[in-house]
Amino acid sequence: MQMQFDIQGGDFSAAGEASSEVKKALKQLNIQPQTLRRIAVALYEAEVNVVAHAYRGTMTVDISPARILVQLQDEGPGIDDIGKAMEEGFSTASDKVREMGFGAGMGLPNIKKNSDEMHLTSTPGTGTTLEIIVNF
Amino acid sequence: MEKKNLKKLIEELEFKCVTGVNLLDKEPKWAYVSDLLSDVMGKAQPQMIWVTSQIHKNIVAVASLIDLSAIVIVNERKPDENMLKLAEEEGVVVLTSDKPAFETAGMLYRDLAPQPPKGKRGVFKRT
Repeated sequence: MQMQFDIQGGDFSAAGEASSEVKKALKQLNIQPQTLRRIAVALYEAEVNVVAHAYRGTMTVDISPARILVQLQDEGPGIDDIGKAMEEGFSTASDKVREMGFGAGMGLPNIKKNSDEMHLTSTPGTGTTLEIIVNF
Repeated sequence: MEKKNLKKLIEELEFKCVTGVNLLDKEPKWAYVSDLLSDVMGKAQPQMIWVTSQIHKNIVAVASLIDLSAIVIVNERKPDENMLKLAEEEGVVVLTSDKPAFETAGMLYRDLAPQPPKGKRGVFKRT
């Protein structure tokens, strides 16, 4: 099964909608609750990252009997130092975003913890691509 | 320990239920206090109650995605209208407390703890 969503940068009112849709679809497939939770956490964090940092992006979901593969591709400022971005507590989020309780520097670490594979590549000034795999 | 549903808890702790009035037979499991969404996402467990002072719409998505039993908004803060609308749609229970976070968490701790605290700094394990 394939699903695709557009994500608008800066639109916090819609943040989480794509992740919720994917969770609902997976619920129909009788995925284990613990696995479903890991996917929901990883996807939500990834979706919020696009909203908080990029201009626009897409989430492409591919579900096979063995795993879910999610690719998030965005147009945005990109990440200068991926190693730094992966550190818990590091964030470049704006004050406005932080006041909402985002930008605690836990998003990428949460994605790593809750996925089986995570591939993050970025071209500063152009955008970022994140690939997440969670096995069922 | 006697299990308590949300309805009973609300009565005892004088919370106000603002959304999900028909979902109060859920039995909450412990609680988590935080205003950082990723912290809750990563650490809170299913069926926990989330104590927060955030009032915007995004907290509904978090509560729904990780299956929390309810959100308690503290300190008489008034939830945002869009948030309440989404919470009703998603079936998320939103409660409000007129007490600050510390007092609210304290009351919940007393009510949800498996046994009374022992000693001066009784830290007890969840069962």
